Amino acid sequence: MATTLELNVNGRSQKVSLEDPETPLLWVLRDNLGLMGAKYGCGIALCGACVVHVDGEPVRSCNTQAARVAGRKITTIEGLSRTGAHPLQKAWIAEEVPQCGYCQSGQIMSAAALLAKNANPSESEIEKAMDGHICTCGTYNRIRKAIQTAAAMMRKGA
Amino acid sequence: MRATVNQGRRTFLQAGAAAGGGLAIGFCIPGTARIAEAAGEAKLNAYVTIGTDGKVTVVCGQSEMGQGCHNSLSMLIAEELEVDLKNVHIEQGGIDPAFGNPRYIGFKAVGGFQATGGSSSVRNVGVVARRAGAAARFMLVSAGAEKMQVLRSECVAENGYVIHKPSGRKVSYGSVANDAAKMMAPDEPALKPRSEFKIIGKSTPRHDLPLKVTGKPIYGMDVRRPGLLTAVIAKCPVFGGKVKSFDATQALKVPGVKKVVQVSSGVAVVADGFWAAKKGRDALAIAWDEGSMAKVSSPDLYRSWAELAKGPTAAERLKTGDVGAALAGGAKRVEASYEVPFLAHVCMEPMNATAHFKGDSVEIWASTQAQSWNQHWVSQLTGLPPKAITIHTTYLGGGFGRRLESDYVLDAVDTSRAAGNVPVKVVWTREDDIQHDFYRPASHNVLQASLGPGGMPTAWRHRIVGTSILHYFKTFGHFLRKDGHDPTSTQGAGDYFPYDIPNVLVDYVNNNPGVPSGFWRSVGNSQNGFILESFVDELAHAAGKDPYQYRRQLLNKPIAARLRGVLDMAAERAGWGKPLPAGVHRGIAAHFAYGGYVAQVAEVSVAKDGNVKVHRVVAAIDSGWVVNPEMLKYQVESAICYGLSAALYGDITIKNGRVEQSNFNDYKMVRMDGMPRVEVHILEGEGEQGGGGEPGTPPIAPAVCNAIFAATGKRIRKLPIKPEMLRA
Repeated sequence: MATTLELNVNGRSQKVSLEDPETPLLWVLRDNLGLMGAKYGCGIALCGACVVHVDGEPVRSCNTQAARVAGRKITTIEGLSRTGAHPLQKAWIAEEVPQCGYCQSGQIMSAAALLAKNANPSESEIEKAMDGHICTCGTYNRIRKAIQTAAAMMRKGA
Repeated sequence: MRATVNQGRRTFLQAGAAAGGGLAIGFCIPGTARIAEAAGEAKLNAYVTIGTDGKVTVVCGQSEMGQGCHNSLSMLIAEELEVDLKNVHIEQGGIDPAFGNPRYIGFKAVGGFQATGGSSSVRNVGVVARRAGAAARFMLVSAGAEKMQVLRSECVAENGYVIHKPSGRKVSYGSVANDAAKMMAPDEPALKPRSEFKIIGKSTPRHDLPLKVTGKPIYGMDVRRPGLLTAVIAKCPVFGGKVKSFDATQALKVPGVKKVVQVSSGVAVVADGFWAAKKGRDALAIAWDEGSMAKVSSPDLYRSWAELAKGPTAAERLKTGDVGAALAGGAKRVEASYEVPFLAHVCMEPMNATAHFKGDSVEIWASTQAQSWNQHWVSQLTGLPPKAITIHTTYLGGGFGRRLESDYVLDAVDTSRAAGNVPVKVVWTREDDIQHDFYRPASHNVLQASLGPGGMPTAWRHRIVGTSILHYFKTFGHFLRKDGHDPTSTQGAGDYFPYDIPNVLVDYVNNNPGVPSGFWRSVGNSQNGFILESFVDELAHAAGKDPYQYRRQLLNKPIAARLRGVLDMAAERAGWGKPLPAGVHRGIAAHFAYGGYVAQVAEVSVAKDGNVKVHRVVAAIDSGWVVNPEMLKYQVESAICYGLSAALYGDITIKNGRVEQSNFNDYKMVRMDGMPRVEVHILEGEGEQGGGGEPGTPPIAPAVCNAIFAATGKRIRKLPIKPEMLRA
């Protein structure tokens, strides 16, 4: 018995028909809506590759049922800025953060949620916000620096 | 399209018209089949094309996994071609012998040898790329001179133009690209001397960064095709086990599940999306024939290897002098046993591939490091000729050697065929990925040394007992030595032995009941670098000497000069010998791998509860002349993090033939709070060009463990480092 959900993703309301109401948001985004920015990395909320925003909060979409976020404001990396105009995306390029890049959508989404609340995070605040993420390419130091760079850009009104 | 072909005497350059007009330069690797076929109407698989509009396109057969080979190869071509890098478009090439990697020229068993591994893109494929760029420049200059009716010798190439020096007249590459395509390609195009490099040597950001910060669908996992189904495969948890029987009744009741089919590697549940496929798999009832591995557990393996290490026979890798006599006659004897575990690769993008089997052909989309081996094994599986097997390479969400294997590609082809020739993406869960890897070999090592009166070693004996990659990896099997010795097992222990010790014996015993073994970033160096650099540290302490100065003194052979160079640089930049904050201690290690010489100094503290904190790592690398310095730096940063995760946490253990770990809860990786500050210094010498991706990995584990010894007096001889080993 299929369930129909109304999901508000990146400012657009979309109807999704699900066979299994327990389907995680990640797979609805990827398989039903074709939004491939959020990644599958572990499926148990330990690596952060799947992070999206729900009402501005960073959420692991791999273990969040889509049905539970129906009607709420979901933002994926595609909705952060498709063109890469967000200060974090600019800083990520300036600091040459991504290597394989697979984890970076999630990293950027967590960083964006942090900066939306804290315009000038300390190193330990950055570490606390980002510690749920794994990058096997080891880009952590560049991520830390890129967040500081983006924060400075945002404080200057970039 | 007309292809004018110059087979040359030793060169295998191909030049001809590009598909849309203009000049195309391709390459044949000696020993591949393309040459004979290239005359006539054959499609030219170009390294570089110059369109009539002046557009330069570089096509890379190498796979991009963040190591930046697409950019370094483009830089090399643009340098020789004399064009602005900003105007160069980069494309991923398909599978073709033209993209054969000269590093793997010896692999006669399979055709094409297109693969990305062994830190080879710049130092091996780069030479081919430069020649393609230089040949294009030569032909464009010839065509330009002809068009301007001037002497060729008075013309130069610059920034996309052919310029007649005496008159200052110039013509653009685009305007002479068609004419150039009719020229004969030079046999040996002259390469630019280093003194004239404008692009090479300057840090240039990769072109894929914008794609990777905007979530573009660029990975194998992101492939979408019309009518694409998703499959998840149940594999026997025991290595080598087979399906005895299965009942799909419950699985087929899961909404969205379309089919359940048996494939070579297990039972595939094919559904309209991942979630349904996974739920379907969870609902399968399978009886397995677990096979002989069901009796194998890690403790037994290590025990049997320790016994085997005492045996009389082993394959010798390095033998100089008379170790037996020197050990007996030394003033002081040092002995130790070292153990290193199996390791998983843990690419952030779990294994996956998409295939559409169509009866007489198959099309594959995969994040792969080894197109040629994929094609070979798919041909073996399906009986299709290689030319009927197309592979589209996507970006790789991590490789580390895991994606040199073909198992996940075969899964997709097998499932597509079994499900009735439908397009299928096979997705491995993280648990599948960790439990069905090809593991970095584990080994038991016995080390013995004797010290002379001055404390310097007079004998060094290292016996390695463990699993072998080449005995397991069939494609590489013929690279085994005649005595059955696998050179990767002693890599970093006996192939390059930098220390000046008169009597050395390094030998090896292969023993593997069937644990899949594979290439893991830096391969044999990853274990042996740890063992060698830890034991040298033991000798330094036994001799009562400073570990840096002791190494320095031992690195006095000509072959060790570059290693001593980076050792000195790392020690100097780290402030070796200078005071550190209370509780912080230094360790040093140096190692050569894949053409790169790397030394690292780690600053470490050990808490009372035994937890290790690595504060800072100072690294120095000499990899010859550098194409993109920033890229080399972040490859070393990455290698340090990868090696540190392994040193602190990496431990795949086997119980009754099954891997006990399953996900990031029990197979941990370094996170941001555990990442040390890293400084990378480049020592750019005149020496032979080396690799970039791998050489940074081996020194980190011994540098950290040597610092732990400095901090606690406790010697780590078994990885990973566990707090209980270090509790005060």
